Amino acid sequence: MTEIQVGRAAAGPAAVGRPPDRPEVPAIELEGVVKDFVSRGEVVRAVKGVSFSIAEGEFFSLLGPSGCGKTTTMRMIAGFEEPTSGRIRLHGVDVTDVPPNRRDVNMVFQSYALFPHMNVWENVAFGLKRKKVPEPEIRRRVGEMLEIVGLTGREKSRPRELSGGQQQRVALARALVNRPRALLLDEPLGALDLKLRQQMQLELKRIQREVGITFVYVTHDQSEALTMSDRIAVMNDGAVEQLADPREIYERPATAFVASFIGTSNLLSGQISAISGDVATVRLGDRGRVLLNGGGHRLGESVQITVRPEKIRILPGEPEGDVSAVPGVVSEVVYLGTYNSYAVTLDGGAEVTVFEQNAHDSTGTAERGDSVWLSWQPHHSYAIGSASSR
Amino acid sequence: MNTLEQAAAGTTARRRPRRRGAFFRGRLLHIWTWLVITWLFLPIAVMILFGFNDTRGRYNQTWQGFTLRWYAELFAIDDLTVALVNSLLIALLTMLIAGVLGTLIGLALGRYRFRGSGLMKLVMFAAISCAEIIMGASLLSMFVTLAVPLGFWTTVIAHVMFSVSFVAVTVRARVMVVDRSLEEAARDLGASGWETFRLVTFPMIFPGVLAGSLLAFALSIDDFVITNFVSGGTVTFPLWIYGATRVGIPPQVNVMGTLIFGVGVLIAVLNAFGGRRR
Repeated sequence: MTEIQVGRAAAGPAAVGRPPDRPEVPAIELEGVVKDFVSRGEVVRAVKGVSFSIAEGEFFSLLGPSGCGKTTTMRMIAGFEEPTSGRIRLHGVDVTDVPPNRRDVNMVFQSYALFPHMNVWENVAFGLKRKKVPEPEIRRRVGEMLEIVGLTGREKSRPRELSGGQQQRVALARALVNRPRALLLDEPLGALDLKLRQQMQLELKRIQREVGITFVYVTHDQSEALTMSDRIAVMNDGAVEQLADPREIYERPATAFVASFIGTSNLLSGQISAISGDVATVRLGDRGRVLLNGGGHRLGESVQITVRPEKIRILPGEPEGDVSAVPGVVSEVVYLGTYNSYAVTLDGGAEVTVFEQNAHDSTGTAERGDSVWLSWQPHHSYAIGSASSR
Repeated sequence: MNTLEQAAAGTTARRRPRRRGAFFRGRLLHIWTWLVITWLFLPIAVMILFGFNDTRGRYNQTWQGFTLRWYAELFAIDDLTVALVNSLLIALLTMLIAGVLGTLIGLALGRYRFRGSGLMKLVMFAAISCAEIIMGASLLSMFVTLAVPLGFWTTVIAHVMFSVSFVAVTVRARVMVVDRSLEEAARDLGASGWETFRLVTFPMIFPGVLAGSLLAFALSIDDFVITNFVSGGTVTFPLWIYGATRVGIPPQVNVMGTLIFGVGVLIAVLNAFGGRRR
């Protein structure tokens, strides 16, 4: 495996966004970026004022459902779309009006967009040739890059002679060989099957560590984002709902949308009926109680609480002590190999999903129709949309 | 076929539910296909054959023995040679001019929506579907009104006019299926607008450009109706043949027809092989 140095000296003379190295300047900055599209005379606002900054060397993901504006946001960073308003800066230099061929970022397209009439070598060398890099250096760098992505020996192949995974690697090599300040990846693993996708996720992470380049990764696959990212911006309907590291996003979702989009989540609502010290209690039906950490709650306040399915335990009787305790009836048990999934219908009619590790024996703790109690620790309850969660 | 394969084939044949007439239907399609091919090819075969006819009189209609004389005396009739050269020149010019203009129109229509693009598409299809006799007559009255002397160049203008739509439509169809992100990828990798066109767009649409241009050549070289209106004193290959029908068509015409057809077949074969490689 070749280590490639993160040398910048050989970059094109015309590239914008390549000032002297200043680590304190963010690699990419978006400030109040808005994008309107006109469709049949109607203005559609695809991106509604997005601001964030991405640090040098960071693996940053834009995560959201299709149509949330994540791809448009990325295309504005690449220069393919012009923001309606707002500014985009690369390393402190405003590039909002700079065309894509003069921006020092490169993109990996969802369809790979490999040039079908060129072989692997010509594809990868394309960017360096445009920048008039001397021929011996092109040969050296393309060779190195093909070694990193494991395609040495396939130089003369046409893209259509390669498998999906190999095409993906060529697309990656073609972008990375230019040593861009940031690499933009638009759902690059979407076309691969599950096994290959998981393998490529680790591969991407390894390559990113090796070359030390900022990665901006667009995906609708939450597990992909959680696996690879340093930070994730969850987008919905043209706006960023939450920007945090994967653990924070998963454990402490800022909005109901984030809670439901990332993993499986149970959403319970009720009113605060008691506060004792740092713990608030929410009554749920006649017999149920949900305990919740964190101050700032008022008596009688309406709250929405999320709790992750794997944090909940199923018990035959009512638990004692400072834990949440909610009664219900098991309505469905699904065996999923590494864990069992239970659907429990609460007294009020709400349905709660519980995951239980398949650690002990093949039969689960409860069967369909059993009356059970659900229990979890106060710090696993997380109130959203209230003052304390923001 | 080895015995194992025979056995396997036998099994599948036996397993397949017997449908009455399935065998006959398959054969019928075969016969029908060959009938159609014969129907299309017979006139061409006759043309080629009579290029080898050792005819003595003015009429080349009855078989009188094999000769290669007409190939040797291909350019013996001066007027016919001039007409053929005219036709080839006009067809080449038409191919080049309509090829360039049609490619630009096809690119614009396939890539962009602009004010008037709908009207442009309509005009393209109108030009394709318009009856030649009407187009010829109106072109003639236009040239007369504008006092343009009829001849070689009015013929070229007319041919470009009616064949450019075919090029544009062919190129547009090709442009529509080229992945747009290829051009974006080229831009992203530092290519200027012109470099993107030269290195990515044009190679991608080239099959369409080639097909459209060859179509323009083929349409031009055998056009009679429009040419008859606008050519003035310039005689083209089809016009000369039409004139010769009254006094008898010499076998050289068959030979020239055969050669033109042969070049066409050669290009089609090359295209088929090139297409498979691409």
